[in-house]
Amino acid sequence: MGLYFLCIILFCVGLYGVLRKRNIVKIIIGLVIMNYSISLFFVLLGYKFHGRAPIESQNQTIANMVDPLPQALVLTSIVISLAVMALLIAIAIRIYERYGTFDITKIKRLRG
Amino acid sequence: MINNSKSGMSLIVRTVTGLVVCFIMLFGIYIILHGHLSPGGGFAGGVMVALSFVLLVLVFGKDANATRISKNLASNLDSIGALMFLGIALLGFAQGAFFRNILGKGSHFDLFSAGTIPLSNIAIGLKVAVGLFAIFLALVILEKFKEGQ
Amino acid sequence: MELYILLIFMIFAAFVAIEMKDLFSSVIAMGAVGFALCLAFLIVKAPDLAITQLVVEILCLIILIRATMNKDLPLVIEGRWVFNTMATLIFAGVFLFFSYWALKELPNFGEPLMTVVRKYMEEGADKTGSVNLVTGVVLDFRAYDTLGEAAALFAAVIGIVTVLRKTGSKSHDK
Repeated sequence: MGLYFLCIILFCVGLYGVLRKRNIVKIIIGLVIMNYSISLFFVLLGYKFHGRAPIESQNQTIANMVDPLPQALVLTSIVISLAVMALLIAIAIRIYERYGTFDITKIKRLRG
Repeated sequence: MINNSKSGMSLIVRTVTGLVVCFIMLFGIYIILHGHLSPGGGFAGGVMVALSFVLLVLVFGKDANATRISKNLASNLDSIGALMFLGIALLGFAQGAFFRNILGKGSHFDLFSAGTIPLSNIAIGLKVAVGLFAIFLALVILEKFKEGQ
Repeated sequence: MELYILLIFMIFAAFVAIEMKDLFSSVIAMGAVGFALCLAFLIVKAPDLAITQLVVEILCLIILIRATMNKDLPLVIEGRWVFNTMATLIFAGVFLFFSYWALKELPNFGEPLMTVVRKYMEEGADKTGSVNLVTGVVLDFRAYDTLGEAAALFAAVIGIVTVLRKTGSKSHDK
């Protein structure tokens, strides 16, 4: 319960960055931090006390492994988050060379 | 491999990189191939292979073209990886279902076991490696174009 | 106990990354959050995720540093500072309040339900032939997810190459 709540607080720090900051790079950093907190929350849901990593070794009976399903779901989402972050960075670079700033309130002109 | 182009880092960094980068790539390929036996798999190994190419571009400069991979080749290899994964999935229709594991399972703890899982790992690794390297190459080529103006 | 320390460190580093005035420093602080996340994955017994997070974090830092190099923005204090900050904090507070009631319904930490996974763990190694159960789930039981992931990665690569292509900026003269 306490660990879950700390994960939600980390999510809120990222959300604060997204909602409050005006620099595009700060907004991207906030999004990445939100992504980290969600990954950690998923993996914490599958943790079992005194569990082993979900990899079998030789001559071992199945006992007391942590949950492999959230780990498998998070494994795909980590690489996706990297690709999405790179896409946002590409858009930010285009905005910088078109408008000369990272400030989102200065982007007012509509130039096709 | 060590050339005298202006861009890039100093001679010490170039020499050490030329010695080390093949081991990084080899470790990535090891991680991909042993994905069904030990921690790792296509995602982690693919990012490692992409990082070895990124290291080459960072150290030898944009103009040196030490990796010999252009953006078109990267796009083609990316498509080949995706189509290979889809083809492995469609191969399951030989026994009646999508993504069915039709090859022999083999014995546990063997490198050649687990049916189509190592082939899928190779496809995913190729796709992730070349895709991420294409992203990095697009950023680098943009900077080069801006400096040329 | 280690997880509490790591999570408090991550919250502190995330706050530093959000609030730092220099863009380069905030990127480095974000790297600190990512590597602490890698350690947390090791503690909760997820070695696959720890390896992936480590290498992804390195590539993420390289891309962010290349993007923000030599491009700094002096921080401006805008007019409606109090209103914006208060609105954001009130929204985060309401979010935390409702998430507290939602989190009370979850099972306790360390005692997951494991209804679906029990079947995977008993039969997974024999059915798929892979002794790494995470790889077995990713590439055999839940392979549709991986196919969707490949499609999303492909779409992201196409988007980046399209956004950053040379002919886009050539037609616009200042």
